[in-house]
Amino acid sequence: MSEEKPQTPPMTIANSEQEWLDEQVRRTIWTGPWNKFIDLVDLIYNWGRRNSIWPLGFGLACCAIEMICTSATRFDIARFGMELFRGTPRQADLMLVSGTVTKKMAPAVVRLYNQMAEPKYVVAMGACASGGGPFKEGYNVVSGVDKLVPVDVYIPGCPPTPQALLYGLMQLQKKIDKQSIRDAAWYRKGVSEGVPEPILGPDLIDARRLDEITALSADPEKLAARAVKLATKGKKE
Amino acid sequence: MSVTAPVAPPNTPNYNDPQIVAEQIKTKYPDAVESSSAQGIVVQSDQLREVARYLHDELAFDYLNNVTSVDWQDRFEVVYNLTSLERGGAPITLKVNAARENPSVPSLVPVFRGADFQEREVYDLMGIRFEGHPNLRRILLWDGFEGYPLRKDYKEPYYEEEKKPFGSRWDKGHHVIAEDRNPWHDNVQYPSNFDAVAYKPPRDQIQVIDAAQAAAMRLRTDKIVLNFGPQHPSTHGVLRLRVTLEGETVRGVEPIVGYLHRNHDKIGERNTFVGNMPYTDRLDYFTSMANNLAYALTVEKLLGIKPPERAEYIRVIMAELTRWQNHAVALGFIYNDLGAFYTPLIYAMEERELILDLFEATAGSRMMCNYMRFGGVARDVTDDFIAKCKYLVNERLPRRTDELEAYMVGNEIFHSRAKNIGVLPRDLAINYSTAGPVLRASGVKYDIRRAEPYSIYDRFDFEIPTGTTGDLYDRFIVRVAEMRESLKILKQALDQFPAGEIMTGKKNYQVRVPKGEAYGRGENPKGELGFYVVSDGTANPYRYHVRGPSFINLTALNDMCVGYKIADMIVILGSLDIVMGEVDR
Repeated sequence: MSEEKPQTPPMTIANSEQEWLDEQVRRTIWTGPWNKFIDLVDLIYNWGRRNSIWPLGFGLACCAIEMICTSATRFDIARFGMELFRGTPRQADLMLVSGTVTKKMAPAVVRLYNQMAEPKYVVAMGACASGGGPFKEGYNVVSGVDKLVPVDVYIPGCPPTPQALLYGLMQLQKKIDKQSIRDAAWYRKGVSEGVPEPILGPDLIDARRLDEITALSADPEKLAARAVKLATKGKKE
Repeated sequence: MSVTAPVAPPNTPNYNDPQIVAEQIKTKYPDAVESSSAQGIVVQSDQLREVARYLHDELAFDYLNNVTSVDWQDRFEVVYNLTSLERGGAPITLKVNAARENPSVPSLVPVFRGADFQEREVYDLMGIRFEGHPNLRRILLWDGFEGYPLRKDYKEPYYEEEKKPFGSRWDKGHHVIAEDRNPWHDNVQYPSNFDAVAYKPPRDQIQVIDAAQAAAMRLRTDKIVLNFGPQHPSTHGVLRLRVTLEGETVRGVEPIVGYLHRNHDKIGERNTFVGNMPYTDRLDYFTSMANNLAYALTVEKLLGIKPPERAEYIRVIMAELTRWQNHAVALGFIYNDLGAFYTPLIYAMEERELILDLFEATAGSRMMCNYMRFGGVARDVTDDFIAKCKYLVNERLPRRTDELEAYMVGNEIFHSRAKNIGVLPRDLAINYSTAGPVLRASGVKYDIRRAEPYSIYDRFDFEIPTGTTGDLYDRFIVRVAEMRESLKILKQALDQFPAGEIMTGKKNYQVRVPKGEAYGRGENPKGELGFYVVSDGTANPYRYHVRGPSFINLTALNDMCVGYKIADMIVILGSLDIVMGEVDR
């Protein structure tokens, strides 16, 4: 068994004070290209971020129970540094949309998203959050949380098993690994705009589509032309 | 079509028979009864409240199980199910007709306060006004919503066809995704000429004190209104409470629900009977097996079939395992609410995982089991299941029950925080139609497994634990005792477990249910889960209504919280053990 000796840098004799200083700078301070430096910063920064994603303690429906199971002993979400469920969106990095988003809840979901500090991520957990799921046809159900806020990872299942949830969170970690402070939106100039909150009117009103809704409501023919008609049973199209 | 004969002394009339009850009503109010049959008693609308009061006061029908309504296209029908907690037996059905135009019936809140939320729900979804209701507003949807969704002429934005299976899915290549079928390319619809730009939503009536008023009051403390939820770590889901506070003392609580209203009733009418089974899983998502059982019992009432012996035992085993894990997790959450953050819950979750393993091995899914079928169960259990179940029931679960109890009974802080807090007196608990452990903690010895035994519960020897004062502590103790009783039932069921078939008849993907209506119920861990199903003889229910125990238990929250501190309110809410999937449905 060979014992590794602690490596000491070879001694150099400087010809002048300036040369000595240059040598010290070369040894202790990064002097490579800028890009590589940024890569290094990204590596450290993302390593820190990916292993301490704090989710918002935010359960909507059935999937929230599997989320709790994931954070309990058997599946132990703490292995990924995500066990710290925050009660307030201001301290959270990740919104796990665990369950059906209803129209009545939609303004609250958007408000919570807007209140989260950047960088922020949204995971649509389960069929309902991804696209409405079994309740899609319901009159009070938003068909997927991506109609309201941008989603990073979709996890299928009804509800997804804890294993599936962990896999989805690992995908999110991979996504974070690939991000760089060079092009991250939250380091650009200017203030990022929140998503406008939907309004609860006769039905859910998307605040981004107010003009469109007003214009089309006044023109029933144009409105009807936008719908694809269905062939009924037995008939050919 | 009750499962067993009602329990009544021989000399008194059998009040479980609607005909006899109708005769009794006629002696007092000769004009009140329109007609009566085994399906129910139809009462004149203007005398409904007098009849209800008479039934409540004189015939001891002291418990209002369920209020719902049916749209018969030419008229509306409001349906009430009443039980006597002392006599037990199947509930009788009281019906009242309402006109199609401007429907209105008298409110029963002065007689049964448990009707409060249920009547609001009927008003919200069916548009029937209840005259004399103290607070008749929309409950599940929001003020300003257009239309009454449960009316048969209401078409939802993604409407495709009246009934499933949809014709467009039959032929090849006809299916168009719902977004494309809707002109808005989203799940919305607006009235014609709707001006979204100018639209101002109606605002919540929240009491706000203006600056001048506040200055005039100097430094006097006044009541403040605190909005609690819909996103809050301790509201057990997306519940919103509007709390009126005076200092730290609660002066009023108004639960605002509907943030998880997933339209079970409407989707249930479009679905086939079998197709509703997986939806019942998602009502109270902790207790999917027990929900399955209650729904299967209801439709079996209509079908007139009984499952074979082995299936009955499997059902009981599954339902009781569900009860144990639900109560264990409920206790864990209560500790959570008390401030013992997460650790006791993790202990409960540990055992729950083992029970979920058994469910997964049998039904194929951990939580959403979709396991029961009409006339049996979907898959047989293996010997391995029985062996593992026996190990759990005999070794692990009793130990964990003791442990969870010890945290509580041996803890002085717990005693001082739970005793004489959130008291719900016996008569109030009955009047509010609370169910399950909440009702029993108030000293009412009522359990559907004993009062109207379903499945094979009449074969097992078990007690009905009750509390004495109806405070927080009693609600915990009752839950722990029920866990022990569940284990007792499980032990007996596993010892007697027979061999044989698991399904009556052959497996069908679609059943045709005879014409009729049935109110079926089961004693769920949270209380009485009822299904009111009307069949018109086809493969789809004409009306499908769920009586969620959590929803109705929430009616009593205000009375339980007033006068206590806001920190107590959290625990009182936790002790109701609500699940929002069932509250909002």
